Amino acid sequence: MSIAATLAGKRIAITGSTGFLGTALVERLLRCAPDCELILLVRPGRAGAKRRVEREVWRNSAFNRLREDLGKEGFADCTANRVTILECDIAADGLAATTETLATLASCDILIHSAASVTFDNPLDRAVETNLAGPLRLLDALHAHNATPHFVAISTAYVAGARKGYAEEQLLSTTPFSVSLDWEAEIDSARRVRQRTEDESRTPDRLAHFTHEAAKRLGAAGTTALATQREQLRERWVENTLIEAGRARAASLGFADAYTFTKALAEQALADRRHSNNTSNNISDNNTGSSVPLSIVRPSIIESSLAEPYPGWIRGFRMAEPIIINYAQGILKDFPALPESIIDVIPVDLVVAAVCAVAASPPPEDPKVFHVASGSVNPFRFQELHDWCHDWFIEHPIYDEYDQPISPPIWSFPSRTRVAEQLSRVKRTLHITENTLRMLPVRGAAAEAYAEVQEQRERLDRVAEYVDLYGMYVECDATFLTDRLVELWNDLDEDDQATFCFDPSVIDWHRYLQEIHLPSVMATARVKVAPSAKTDLTNKPRQETDERADPINSGLLARWLPSTRRGEHAIMERRRKQILSPDRHLAAFDLENTLLASNVVASWGWLSTCRLPRSEQARIVLRTLAETPRLLKLDRADRSDFLRYFYRRFKGASVEQLNEDTWEIFSDMLLAQAFPDAIRRVRQHRNLGHRTVLITGALDFVVKPFHPLFDHIVCSSLGIASDRYTGRLTATPPIGENRAQALRDYAHAEGLELAECIAYADSTSDLPMLEVVGFPVAVNPEPKLASLARRRGWLVEHFSKAPGGPRKLIPIAPSGTSR
Amino acid sequence: MSRRDAPAPRPGFVLETDRSTPPILFHHGEGFRLEKLPPGRTRIIYPAESHKGLADPDEAIRDALASPLNSEPLAALLSPDMKLTIAFDDISLPLPPMRRPDIRQRVIEAVLDTAAAVGVEDIHIIAALALHRRMTEAELRHAVGDRVYDAFAPSGCLYNHDAEDPEGMVIVGTTDHGEAVQISRRAAESDLIIYVNINLVAMDGGWKSTATGLSGYTGLRHHHNVATMCNSRSFMDRHRSELHNSNWRQGEVLANAGIKIFQIETTVNNNLFGETGPLSMLQKREWEWTAKDRATFIAMQTGLGAMPRRARRRAFQSWLAPYEMTSVQAGEVEAVHDRTLEHVLAQQLVSVQGQTDILTMGLPYICPYNVNSVMNPILVMCLGLGYFFNLYRGRPLVREGGVVIMGHPTEWEFHPVHHPSYIDFFEQVLPESTDPLVIEERFEKQFAEDEWYRHLYRNSYAYHGVHPFYMWYWGAHALEYLGRVIVLGGDPAAVRRMGFQPASTMADALEMASDVVGRQPTITHFHHPPMLMADVS
Repeated sequence: MSIAATLAGKRIAITGSTGFLGTALVERLLRCAPDCELILLVRPGRAGAKRRVEREVWRNSAFNRLREDLGKEGFADCTANRVTILECDIAADGLAATTETLATLASCDILIHSAASVTFDNPLDRAVETNLAGPLRLLDALHAHNATPHFVAISTAYVAGARKGYAEEQLLSTTPFSVSLDWEAEIDSARRVRQRTEDESRTPDRLAHFTHEAAKRLGAAGTTALATQREQLRERWVENTLIEAGRARAASLGFADAYTFTKALAEQALADRRHSNNTSNNISDNNTGSSVPLSIVRPSIIESSLAEPYPGWIRGFRMAEPIIINYAQGILKDFPALPESIIDVIPVDLVVAAVCAVAASPPPEDPKVFHVASGSVNPFRFQELHDWCHDWFIEHPIYDEYDQPISPPIWSFPSRTRVAEQLSRVKRTLHITENTLRMLPVRGAAAEAYAEVQEQRERLDRVAEYVDLYGMYVECDATFLTDRLVELWNDLDEDDQATFCFDPSVIDWHRYLQEIHLPSVMATARVKVAPSAKTDLTNKPRQETDERADPINSGLLARWLPSTRRGEHAIMERRRKQILSPDRHLAAFDLENTLLASNVVASWGWLSTCRLPRSEQARIVLRTLAETPRLLKLDRADRSDFLRYFYRRFKGASVEQLNEDTWEIFSDMLLAQAFPDAIRRVRQHRNLGHRTVLITGALDFVVKPFHPLFDHIVCSSLGIASDRYTGRLTATPPIGENRAQALRDYAHAEGLELAECIAYADSTSDLPMLEVVGFPVAVNPEPKLASLARRRGWLVEHFSKAPGGPRKLIPIAPSGTSR
Repeated sequence: MSRRDAPAPRPGFVLETDRSTPPILFHHGEGFRLEKLPPGRTRIIYPAESHKGLADPDEAIRDALASPLNSEPLAALLSPDMKLTIAFDDISLPLPPMRRPDIRQRVIEAVLDTAAAVGVEDIHIIAALALHRRMTEAELRHAVGDRVYDAFAPSGCLYNHDAEDPEGMVIVGTTDHGEAVQISRRAAESDLIIYVNINLVAMDGGWKSTATGLSGYTGLRHHHNVATMCNSRSFMDRHRSELHNSNWRQGEVLANAGIKIFQIETTVNNNLFGETGPLSMLQKREWEWTAKDRATFIAMQTGLGAMPRRARRRAFQSWLAPYEMTSVQAGEVEAVHDRTLEHVLAQQLVSVQGQTDILTMGLPYICPYNVNSVMNPILVMCLGLGYFFNLYRGRPLVREGGVVIMGHPTEWEFHPVHHPSYIDFFEQVLPESTDPLVIEERFEKQFAEDEWYRHLYRNSYAYHGVHPFYMWYWGAHALEYLGRVIVLGGDPAAVRRMGFQPASTMADALEMASDVVGRQPTITHFHHPPMLMADVS
């Protein structure tokens, strides 16, 4: 009897239908086994199971063929009539399912369990809950209803571990490689590790470390921003610790990673527990008498489809894709693998067909294992993979940011240790550079260089991870025997062989790689496969001007690590357009280093010396210089405190005199140090009808001359007693969170939407203000902000002083200003 | 031999070059070039040597005040209870600024002496800067002297003209051409305006002093526009200049409105860099350079080459010219101005036979709008195509469709305080168009009425928002007339932004010009320093 006929009238439950294999499986069953009924068990997520299936499964291009065959309505009828979608989470106790769902599950004839957490570097407990405890929960649900459907579990060929020689289609426990394991103890242990790690992450020592790290990354960014960052750091630390725990436990037993380790345990557990009267444990206590027939399908590395539903169909980035892309980009210059070793790849449609055939075969008495792998019948060698990829990328190169084709490297297949050494050497250099740059008092282009180094270091980290993770797979010398699969294949009639082809010997690897897989990968990858259309060489690039204006800041470092690239330039241009749209409501500006290159100390220096003779001026300058380290320290610790402390110097200053002097400092210092592009930007916003707001810690009489540029100015002000300044602030200065609050208040009072607001600032201390608006802009960012802006995709502007304008080495008034 | 006994200064002349002509001095911003020009087809126009200054300028001033042209003596025009306004030319004159005492100081002190003798009490002294930037205290002190400054400034009686003060400006009337006449309210309401002028070139003075210097955008836009500039052939030639015709019409309205003006005009000689001293070779003819001159020049070039740009700029900007006053005349505006022009032309006019295919010029570091500031690219254009190109009487030195090669580094540099609207003009307007008519129509109003520029003009030291437009219009006639403009040694990006062509060497520039004027063009070099005006027949 044919597969379709066997499956006719059967009710098939499927887990993991939103995954790569699951989607293909659902598609194939709907298309090629027209009379079966499908029950999809789907984790509801935020959208609910039905929405998820609608969005993630039906809309996938895999169903284009079926949709064409049936027509739009026919397809809708088909999915409505033949498919039932039920909410179910295999990682949750009791499957998080209703009684009806469990009853429906128990009424099935076949259960194909394809849900798994396939990420190789999963935290230990997550891998255990999903991959090991998950199938047991399904089994328990079946036992509870005394149901015995044919349980088809999808495992992986790599449960064989990193061992050499032939791997047979048998349960691990029956092979000589088996290490006898107590899987129940592993489940308990994983849960305890999670608990312990969570507790550990909250100890004072750890928290102090997170606090330190957050301050290093963000500087004085305000309480909320720092708290958020600390919590993120804590969560990441817990995650990483658990990943490490998973890796270590897997490695100790000879597995590549937590994934294969938990999968291997799951096979064992399923075999042990399929008889419901075996033992009792913490998963369930139900004991009855029947046993569930179990088939285990172990595919090797699943890649894009050979023919069904169409050649090259792939969903998401699989295992090999990041490596292929990094190779084509010239990033992965070498790879630790044995050139003659077999890389066991299997197209997804072959796996799907094999699963269908297994599901349609009679439920076995004893657990039956099937390898779906190519290595033993149609081996694909690593050297071939490399050579054919190389040839293909020579013909179809990826282009770099300068529109130059990237020549793919030629791998020498060194040992894993050598690659790891090379990588760690480069990483160390970058790490030192990164740390040095972060500590330098640089801004703008040089700070961007920091972000760039950081990005490169992270990219290398990723590469190192690939090498680490995938190294074991490609170095794997095991050959997966497929005798049972071949037997199954030979039992099929000709029609079934045509409809459900899973014979690995039909694959022509050269054709598969160059004509199917690589084109499909490149089509989905976000890389440049052709040069940009337009090259703008008409006007002077701004970068050049800036460099001439400030050779120290932007020259050497910027050239060493060029940060302005054409691709980036286009992205920035796009972001700039969004910001300069009439739809925006408001633009808020910081003053210092955003609109002009000056600060409160300089303003004070100028104002305090403008009526003094030269000799007195020198004295004040020297005194202030001597104080600089202390002031800087205070400023770094808390800017509000610094301002409070510093502004006391204005105590006793005449209000009238300062009001007069403010116009001179405006021209002689503030405008002379202003960034013309920034001022033009303020005016552009005004012309577009946006409100403009200046938010600064500077004093009201200093910023007063800027009033025509702004609708509203939020600044510090000093108390006045009998026409003299008291040196005390009248309110908390607008610093850190206060800026965000001031902006929120203004927007609220004026009925403006913060999501339509823009904020310009230069440092992480303005983070609260930048985060509160919809369109943050980093201006001449310091390293920390540069790196944040790059990660979050913010517009970065480099505003510089007018080239040729006057420069002031020390902020004092010119002699003869005294009136 | 004392200077007074020296032989009469030699007049300007035109040199036809040959193989023996030495390399010619080109002013080149804050530096110099020596260029060998093709022999046989190049001529060089040399200005006249510097005329002698007046032996006793103070006495000459007193004489002029006592016996004015077409007017009663100054003392007779004054009365104790009158409202008197003294207006004087701003920082844009003379160029470079002159050594102390400035002519304005001498004249104003003489005027104040006369007024004090009569007992005039209500006196205001105004820097007649129209839409130029305000003068700083130091600059005002330099122009009028410390004595005058300390006597008038603290009480608010000496100040910069503010053309954007809504209360301080008044429309006096309209000319028969429909041109509004706007001047300072204080001046208009005074019983007498005494205008103190320095007539450096033929464009200055006459009715332009009051009608432009004390006016604002409402009055200026009638003659500071593209049509007027294109119809002024040239604006240095009073009688063929639409710019002056318009100013004279406005002057007539002022006179008819009963506004009394006592004009005092002065002229200076051609002594920009001294007849002795370190820079004296700059105003000598190259073949007359002594060994010492050559050595000084080489030392100077080496020194300048080693200096950072800012230091070089400071050094040049600090140069004060040892100008001497060659004449002073006072009285009725037009009579005075006619006499003034005679003196200016006597010093500067050089007669030249026929036009040329290529006009070369070396542009200096200074123009009227960058004293103590930065010569930005727009000012380079204005100096070359506005001022130098228009220093002709009769016909332009270069033929229609010919080429101008001007030497200047034309750095992409701006003074952020003095020239904020220039920066925006350069970044926003020029990329859109370099055509003066298009620029005038699309952008002028917006810049002229901009609140921020207005704020900076009134409260900081910025040129008015519309000023860069006027600079561009100043070159409108040349832009329309020339076949190509090449900037020798200019920053390529800045030069291209203005629609000109950059060339690194004179040979390159001549090669580039040959597309327009053929392989064997005639070349005329406009020698500067010092000043000259070509009388082209």
